[in-house]
Amino acid sequence: MTDSVKKRPVYTNIHVTQIVSYRLPPAGIVSILHRISGFVLFALLPFVIWMLDSSLTTEISFEGFTNVFVAGVGAIPGWFVKLVTLGLIWAYLAHFIAGVRHLWMDATHSVSKAQGHNSALVTLVLSTLLTLLLGAKLFGLY
Amino acid sequence: MSTFGSKRIVVGAHYGLRDWLAQRVTAVLMALFTIVLLIQVLMPGELGYDRWAAIFSTQWMKLLTFVTILALAYHAWVGMRDIWMDYVKPVGVRLTLQVFTIVWLVGCAGWAIQVLWRL
Repeated sequence: MTDSVKKRPVYTNIHVTQIVSYRLPPAGIVSILHRISGFVLFALLPFVIWMLDSSLTTEISFEGFTNVFVAGVGAIPGWFVKLVTLGLIWAYLAHFIAGVRHLWMDATHSVSKAQGHNSALVTLVLSTLLTLLLGAKLFGLY
Repeated sequence: MSTFGSKRIVVGAHYGLRDWLAQRVTAVLMALFTIVLLIQVLMPGELGYDRWAAIFSTQWMKLLTFVTILALAYHAWVGMRDIWMDYVKPVGVRLTLQVFTIVWLVGCAGWAIQVLWRL
């Protein structure tokens, strides 16, 4: 049993400092952004429910809700609230579209290298464009 | 698949199937809610308080929103658990974060449901 004393390879997790030197393909970028956007949505959940609460409860709370985006709340200025909302918009769109991509892959078995590459590019472009479009609306550019 | 007793399967293939399927089913429910809400929001007319509140005042919309809140909590639990399992190795810290996640999600779900039926 000389084989058993042979040194077995040890696999360790990649460290953060190594990750930055990795060149991720588009599918890899979509994958990690799916996770990051999911975490952002989890973290901003109370903000979402605060929006639901204040916008729905009464006409007065609705006024307060719209006012927060202009005048801010407490020490937090309005532009910062809008910035957080923009982050929320991006996270929702990126997570939604990446999720639909997953469902589409599951349903149609579109899992070739080329299909994964192309659908990842579509996901990145579409989520970025829609975020810019809604962000411009949020900041009153049109 | 046995999940209890001496024949309980703790590792191996199919262990994650339930989570995988749950995440997709809950995702479809949330996507459906998004589309239904978007259609109502994009209807013609100015979107002030009255029209916004009216969207959530119907019983079917309340029920759809309620189901979506539960779906979201379950979906986020599966996802956050994956994140903690991947990046946090010490058992004590991981358990603490998982308990925090459950408290966070149940708390948020409770608040959202309260908003829904207070109207």
